Amino acid sequence: MTTAARASPGARRRAGAGAVSRAQHRARVPADAALILIGACFVLPLLWLVLASLDVSAGHEARLPARVSLDNFAAIMTPGLLFQPLWNSMLLSAGTAAVNLIAAVLAAYPLSRYQSRFNRPFMYTILFGTCLPITAIMVPVYGLFVQLDLLDSMAATIFFMATTTLPMAIWMTKNFMDAVPVSLEEAAWVDGASGLTALRTIVLPLMRQGLGVVFIFVFIQAWGNFFVPFVLLLSEARQPAAVSIFSFFGQHGAVAYGQLAAFSILYSVPVLALYVIVARGAGSSFALSGAVKG
Amino acid sequence: MATTTPQRLRTVNRLHPHLRRQARLLPVLPAVLLLLVFLAGPVLWAFHASFTNAALTGRNARSPGWVGLENYQRLITDPVLPLSLVLTVVFVGGSAILGQNLLGLALALLMKRARRPVAAVVGTAVVAAWVLPEIVAAFAAYAYFSRDGTLNQILGGLGFGQPDWLYSFPMVAIMLANIWRGTAFSMLVYRAALDDVPGEVTEAALMDGASGWQRLAYVTIPMIRSSIATNLMLITLQTLAVFTLIWVMTAGGPANASTTLPVLAYQEAFKFGDIGYGTAVASVLILIGLVFGAAYVRLLRGSKG
Repeated sequence: MTTAARASPGARRRAGAGAVSRAQHRARVPADAALILIGACFVLPLLWLVLASLDVSAGHEARLPARVSLDNFAAIMTPGLLFQPLWNSMLLSAGTAAVNLIAAVLAAYPLSRYQSRFNRPFMYTILFGTCLPITAIMVPVYGLFVQLDLLDSMAATIFFMATTTLPMAIWMTKNFMDAVPVSLEEAAWVDGASGLTALRTIVLPLMRQGLGVVFIFVFIQAWGNFFVPFVLLLSEARQPAAVSIFSFFGQHGAVAYGQLAAFSILYSVPVLALYVIVARGAGSSFALSGAVKG
Repeated sequence: MATTTPQRLRTVNRLHPHLRRQARLLPVLPAVLLLLVFLAGPVLWAFHASFTNAALTGRNARSPGWVGLENYQRLITDPVLPLSLVLTVVFVGGSAILGQNLLGLALALLMKRARRPVAAVVGTAVVAAWVLPEIVAAFAAYAYFSRDGTLNQILGGLGFGQPDWLYSFPMVAIMLANIWRGTAFSMLVYRAALDDVPGEVTEAALMDGASGWQRLAYVTIPMIRSSIATNLMLITLQTLAVFTLIWVMTAGGPANASTTLPVLAYQEAFKFGDIGYGTAVASVLILIGLVFGAAYVRLLRGSKG
């Protein structure tokens, strides 16, 4: 084989790279323009939210406020309107995430550590469970709650909400746990530690970050959930922000759009912040690691 | 997936090996109990209740009577049901399978070509609509499409007509809103998938003189086929279950013009107090979900060989 022949693949690759980068350069301007146009369409509905929150006489339209003020925010900062519902959201979401995490960690441990012929069928059955349209089971769940006298119970609502996100949480937790090598636990086992002791002292500390991701992921879902508490929690004192904001909007005759927007922003900030934390730590496709990649 | 039981463990726990093996599965119990009580239970209860005349209030609330197939007979003759089925198909087909899916793919492809900061900023805008709590997204969409909302402001500024979207074209409005709300998911799936396509393959196609569209159709799309299938399945299921967006924007109206199956089930059960009939509608939706769920699991198992 001649030197020329040997050199040719490299040369071809270089030429290829040049052609590709030239093609990319040419494509860049239209791609930028198209993206900016689409991005603008996505921003427009959000623009209203921000502008209206600063505008005391806001309506449906997005417009620059005649006078920028924080009056809307000041008006809603009352215990009944904002703090109690937010506190309820907090209890509901943290409770849901905690129940979820405990059940998911316990379930993931044997699934990850011991081989059993139940593992695969179990994992696929719960994956199948994630496909249930939750809105479809709300009517039967309401019926069940009536029969068991659980309506308007914060605890029961927490357990139900935890269950709806549990399949996803088990998949994610198991994936994180599979990444912790079994060899680290073997020494503990030989020393007579039980599986659960090994889980607590060795596995969990090593997958702290993964557990954080699962917790935040479930928390975000619970925080944003409207339909479940809307159906299951009746008394105003227990309703989370998602439901109270809806009654605030739907039942009062004249809607104060500025206040609605201000409430929406204050209610959204925690989940936006949590999302940023998780996206930074685990890559923006964190939410998909559980379901899609299996 | 494959984890091996350490050989040592078997020798340590030689006593009652069978019992021990069973006991190891005990920690799964809390999760199984929750899933049985709060997911499997309601589903079974739904199929049962759909054969009764359970009501929200009154005598039938506490002791519902068995009515056999009455609810389903009513379902078949109810003129709203076919309409609601069609609306659900239009909603899922238009906003998920076409809208979110194609726009998500287009965004992911454009982001690969565009300048990095542009891609990052636009990506954030798209994801923001997705991360917002659903009720907030629904309010924003309601304001956007309302008669004097931002959309009509823009249309007016460009010299077009300004229809009352939520009243005259409710399905168009909720479909566009759902595309706005949900495209981020498809975009993230496709970005991850495109990142896994080796650069040499597209380069080789480029060297062979393939045009942009040819590379997309014959190289990129076939290589991300399994991501496309997974994505389609998941967004179909998500969109099938959309309730809050529609409830806030149109509440199923005007005159049932945007009543998809979840909205219909809710209305029958809670507005008209007919739990039995509501669960019959919900059962139809659950069955559709189960069919898609089975297909999804098969797909994932198949892709893993």
